[in-house]
Amino acid sequence: MDFKNTSDFVSGFWNFWVIGVSLASIVGCGVFLLIQDKAKTSAGNTTGHVWDETLQEYSNPLPNWWRWMFYITVIFGLVYVVLYPGLGNMAGTFGWTMRGQYEDEMKKAEEQYAPKFNQFLKMDIVAVAANPEAKEMGQRLFLTYCAQCHGSDAGGTASFPNLKDGDWLWGGAPDKIKETIVAGRTGVMTPKGTKPDMDGEQVKDVVHYVRSLSGLSSDSIRAQRGKDLYPQACAACHGPDGKGNADAGYPNLTDKVWLYSSQEASMMETVTKGRTNQMPAFGEFLGPAKVHLLTAYVWGLGGGVKAEAKPAAAAAAPEGMSGMAGTEGMAADKK
Amino acid sequence: MQSQATYNYKVVRQFAVMTVIWGIVGMLVGVIIAAQLVWPELNVVEWLSYGRLRPLHTNAVIFAFGGCALFATSYYSVQRTSHATLFAPGLAAFTFWGWQLIIVLAALSLPLGFTSGKEYAELEWPIDILITVVWVSYAVVFFGTLMKRKTPHIYVSNWFFGGFILTVAVLHLVNSAEIPVFAEGMLTPKSYSAYAGVQDAMVQWWYGHNAVGFFLTAGFLGMMYYFVPKQAGRPVYSYRLSVVHFWALVFTYMWAGPHHLHYTALPDWTQSLGMIFSLILLAPSWGGMINGIMTLSGAWHKLRDDPILKFMITSLSFYGMSTFEGPMMSIKTVNALSHYTDWTVGHVHSGALGWVAMIAIGCTYYIIPRVFGKTEMHSTSLINVHFWLATLGTVLYIAALWISGVMQGLMWRATNVDGTLTYSFVESVKASYPFWTIRVVGGTLFLTGMLIMAYNMFMTMAGGRAVNDAPVLEPAHAH
Repeated sequence: MDFKNTSDFVSGFWNFWVIGVSLASIVGCGVFLLIQDKAKTSAGNTTGHVWDETLQEYSNPLPNWWRWMFYITVIFGLVYVVLYPGLGNMAGTFGWTMRGQYEDEMKKAEEQYAPKFNQFLKMDIVAVAANPEAKEMGQRLFLTYCAQCHGSDAGGTASFPNLKDGDWLWGGAPDKIKETIVAGRTGVMTPKGTKPDMDGEQVKDVVHYVRSLSGLSSDSIRAQRGKDLYPQACAACHGPDGKGNADAGYPNLTDKVWLYSSQEASMMETVTKGRTNQMPAFGEFLGPAKVHLLTAYVWGLGGGVKAEAKPAAAAAAPEGMSGMAGTEGMAADKK
Repeated sequence: MQSQATYNYKVVRQFAVMTVIWGIVGMLVGVIIAAQLVWPELNVVEWLSYGRLRPLHTNAVIFAFGGCALFATSYYSVQRTSHATLFAPGLAAFTFWGWQLIIVLAALSLPLGFTSGKEYAELEWPIDILITVVWVSYAVVFFGTLMKRKTPHIYVSNWFFGGFILTVAVLHLVNSAEIPVFAEGMLTPKSYSAYAGVQDAMVQWWYGHNAVGFFLTAGFLGMMYYFVPKQAGRPVYSYRLSVVHFWALVFTYMWAGPHHLHYTALPDWTQSLGMIFSLILLAPSWGGMINGIMTLSGAWHKLRDDPILKFMITSLSFYGMSTFEGPMMSIKTVNALSHYTDWTVGHVHSGALGWVAMIAIGCTYYIIPRVFGKTEMHSTSLINVHFWLATLGTVLYIAALWISGVMQGLMWRATNVDGTLTYSFVESVKASYPFWTIRVVGGTLFLTGMLIMAYNMFMTMAGGRAVNDAPVLEPAHAH
């Protein structure tokens, strides 16, 4: 949109109204001072009025320096509305606008900094990840745009995935990570999976079965009952063997990584109420060069998966993160 | 003539005492939220969390503490400068009880989460209506008394009080225009602003800045014009200066609001006008400072042993400082650095603690003995202790926030060689902690001073009597 050719006013009248009132007010301040300044004063004498026994006023003139300070600010105001926008639709002679200032600064920054970012665009992610300068720039971007959720060490926290543990909800290959950053991800676990008629006891049974898949403590009788419910309630997304599906963001239930918590209460909550997790899309906001650097940085944090590597069961990832649903991958074979 | 007409000191006394009480309450809440910033674990329950207590703090210090001080001093001085007792004493009593009810309702509703979301105008519509009723009563009492005056001329303090009362009425009515509803029954009022988008923001800051300009400046200049010449025993420095700066101040303040919305969706021309008039405002603001401080010329020695005068003159110095700082901060280039940082908060408190609170405290010390039948406060040396605690507290507070504010502004705009931000936001928060701690110390010192004031006041009251027989004086004839 061309903001330079729009008006803030619904009709030309208001434009002139604003110009008139503004000018009259600025000039009026100076005229008022001029008139008042001509009034008779008598330094050192009082006006002759007395209130409440002792209250009187001297008839001293305006202090000279004060009078001139006042005039100067009025003159400054008049000069300013000539140079800068201030009188309705009239643009200042400098042609300055707030939006123009922003655009100029952004353009200048683009010219100055774009080459620094673009130099990495043609390089392969793995090569960028190995470049010390790129890594430094990637980290700065990460601290500005990613650290709020994933933490300044990329270690994540409940519901925000750990990016360095080798476990990926949406895949850890370079193109997958880039896809996540560019378009964002929405991970949804529906309440009670695909079997909404489960009662509380059945939910608990399923939870115990899922716990048994990754070696968490579980009640064997409940786990046995849960095993019978699992195909109907969970398998459609998490797979018959519970290993999930990174193409659709379905978490692996057999590893030791939990996005929320491996506590039974948290898992009960997950199954009962479902979960919704969102990673915002950054592609348009950051542009390809910065996304490329961030992809390499995240990939290089230690959990990145080689492009051709096949997803396999997660190895000895630390306990704590990842789990039911979320934004990021399962199935990694690194470490 | 009217042989035994007496000044109405009862309502003055009530407001003066509540000034001290609400001052302590409001400043205590301020110290609590300052501490919550340093130690977030102090946010124990939702009702006492930072977000609920912050508006309670601002409402309590501005409208409860500042408001009671304005009522007390204006009722006291308008009677004495008009040589007449208060008009409609029943209505005056109503303003006292009505205002206290508003304060109590604010203290209940804000922690409970009722808010219209407009800064310094958070109270919901039933309370807004009550404010309107009390304020109109205040105007009737004040202007009624003025009309009864026995002097041909209106004393300058009354111009300022009058301007403040009229304008605050207009500000309150326009900014509070809203559609009133109940969310879930009678006890859950809520409202929708009558304005939308950037116009809502503009109305809000037209109100917000004039709350500062009229409630906290014009009204308190009214205080200054009566109590400083009284305490100093000297005539006001320049009648002409008071005329010029009064009209220039009330006219120019009206335009300054847009400087709160620099670099926002507000049109460029509106921002420019806000900035220009903020700069023009410098001279009218300083007119009040000059007239106050120069009133002391020829009596500077009185500062040595009169702590009440110390409060008044120091307040004028802080007034001059913050009314210089304000126009500077309204310049777009400066504002680009200062906006959204602690600098703004420091600036506000240089005005609120240094100017508003100190002049109010000085005037209250003047009034208390006079309405309780004493010639002076129980202890002058305790006033002195209070003065130094208040001064030190204010200086610590504003210096700490100047430093943290400028630091935050610089950290937020610092970039690396590749154009990326040098600091993440949380790093600027972390760097602010030492200064926030100093603020807690400064605020605590100021609060301690208020507690000492309360002790001094109660001791004065204990040894005194409620004066209800001060005869209305006949106006003196000019020499």
